Amino acid sequence: MTAVVNPVEPLLRIERIPHIWCPGCGIGTTVNCFARALSESPDIDLDKLVVVSGIGCTGRVAGYLRLDSFHTTHGRPIPFATGMKLANPELKVVVYSGDGDLIAIGGNHFIHAARRNIELTVICVNNFNYAMTGGQVGPTTPATAVGTTAPYGVYERPFNLPYLAASCGAVYVARWTAYHVRQLAKSMKEALHKRGFTFIEIVTPCPTLYERRNRLGDGLTRMRFYKDNSVIDHDADLRSLDLGFEGKIICGRFVNIERPSLIEAMDTRLADKLGPKYRPIGEGT
Amino acid sequence: MKADPRGVLTGAYYIDGNHACCEGAIAAGCRFVAGYPITPSTEIVERIAARFPAVGGVFIQMEDEIASSIAIAGAAWAGKKAMTVSSGPGISLMMEHVGFAAMTETPCVFVNVQRGGPSTGLPTLPGQADMMQARWGSHGDYGIIALSPTSPQECFDLVIDAFNLAERYRVPVFMMMDECVGHMTEKVLIPPANQIEVEARRFTDLPPEQYSPYRPGDDLVPDIVKAGDGYRIHITGLTHDERGYPVISADCQDGLVRRLVGKINRNADRIIRVVEDDVEQADVIVVSYGITARVALRPIELARRDGIKVGHLRLVTVWPFPQQRIRELAERIKAFVVPELNLGQVVLEVERCAGGQCRTIPVDHAGGTVHDPDRIYRAILEGVK
Repeated sequence: MTAVVNPVEPLLRIERIPHIWCPGCGIGTTVNCFARALSESPDIDLDKLVVVSGIGCTGRVAGYLRLDSFHTTHGRPIPFATGMKLANPELKVVVYSGDGDLIAIGGNHFIHAARRNIELTVICVNNFNYAMTGGQVGPTTPATAVGTTAPYGVYERPFNLPYLAASCGAVYVARWTAYHVRQLAKSMKEALHKRGFTFIEIVTPCPTLYERRNRLGDGLTRMRFYKDNSVIDHDADLRSLDLGFEGKIICGRFVNIERPSLIEAMDTRLADKLGPKYRPIGEGT
Repeated sequence: MKADPRGVLTGAYYIDGNHACCEGAIAAGCRFVAGYPITPSTEIVERIAARFPAVGGVFIQMEDEIASSIAIAGAAWAGKKAMTVSSGPGISLMMEHVGFAAMTETPCVFVNVQRGGPSTGLPTLPGQADMMQARWGSHGDYGIIALSPTSPQECFDLVIDAFNLAERYRVPVFMMMDECVGHMTEKVLIPPANQIEVEARRFTDLPPEQYSPYRPGDDLVPDIVKAGDGYRIHITGLTHDERGYPVISADCQDGLVRRLVGKINRNADRIIRVVEDDVEQADVIVVSYGITARVALRPIELARRDGIKVGHLRLVTVWPFPQQRIRELAERIKAFVVPELNLGQVVLEVERCAGGQCRTIPVDHAGGTVHDPDRIYRAILEGVK
């Protein structure tokens, strides 16, 4: 009898499974989509693909992928990835982390990376809370939702991540939920094949903490919620993409533009000013 | 191996310590620098920004020091020799990534052109009050190396040593300059490339299926690979086993952290460099480093003219500390005199190693200028009593 191998298995560090994620968590779903996006991209040399994560539940993604993978410090996967990409432009570098890591503590790095248009694909798993530490609220938690550090409900306005990324200069911006596995895998493929700063937000359930504390049901209930409350609108006004508590989730590919990437701009400028004296880093020692 | 001649500006120059540090880094093979402007270190990254495009290097001015200090780790794992440069307030922000580099055994160099602190302190004036920060500044236990140049020439020479040590021991290395040394202009000789020894990265010879990222060699240091070579490594700041996989247990922690500390301690004799002058017959020995070692020359000379047997031990390597040598000398002298631009940091190490066998006399200074040589002179007189 031939053993049936899951098509994404070669991309996983099977010896590290079972993973740490809870039943109903959406992170594994996104990893499955990512593995599928890679397995359907034969042009991508997996030996030259690097995944960089920060800290938190999604920060553990790097550790489960059979790729060169780096689990860095809280909030800093983007600057780590920036250094790595500039030091070896042959590498394709993906930052895979959570909303708290990328947008709260790492928010400054996020906006500057988008501004520079450094060639990174940033995948942000947004579960609306700090799950690794037990369900604290963060800058993406919708107003009025509760968390352990906002027992009476959030009264701050959360970030609209696609709008933030786009206004800072990202060349590709999309949002999906853990329900939209086909669209998400396709979006990941598109982002991986684009030159510049590409960003995908994935709205995912955290049944153990966010959903439970806010009495929103289990993982399956959330899938139904995403199915019934998501609206796909690629042309949506970016300013309209705020996520309210239990409101509509507008999904789609909102931005897909061209502008010179950081490395292109650097090469162009320095070659223009220095002529044959310019030696790009690939030619270095 | 020898330095790449394309990066070496062989010749005699009249430049300051910051510019010399930049040239030393390029000669050492540094090809990635991430930085953020801060007085009194900025000239280093300014010169790097001008020089790098013609030598195959990349400089990026990051959004802050936190970003700079982790960007160099990314560049190092992509295969480049990498450095960041700052001063007190920026170095404080970088401390988490000193720990990350120590934990992940990432070769990299942190240059600290010290100014007066704490906080914003004295941006344009010297201090040496970050010496304990260099040793202990990040959380947890780890080994570290720190070098302290006393002249622009040494800024050039020692930053090459810093890169070489970082590669050999896979550890972050601090280049502990100070505002005076950084801005002091003197003659600097840059030798031909074939006279500059440069340590190659210790890349593994093993194929991927036999390689473990954290299996140490006899010197307790593991061989390295870089991203993109097909090894499919996992690197984490979590406590990890030889495969690099997280293991949250006291046993794994014990083995790993003892090795991180032990790889520096056990190789300390090979790492440590001191410069000694007339210590064998001395009654009093001045222990100094950085700009203070220059200032100490005058009182030492005056005391010798008075017939006092005074030696000078200059710490080129401050961390790891030359405890064995200090212990030996303590047995046969009356006192150590330790001038430094802080209110008592390295003097505590001297006192610990002296172990009460001789006196240890601090000559402290809050920073902002250098010592009045007379204060050191009077401490020497006190020491021979």
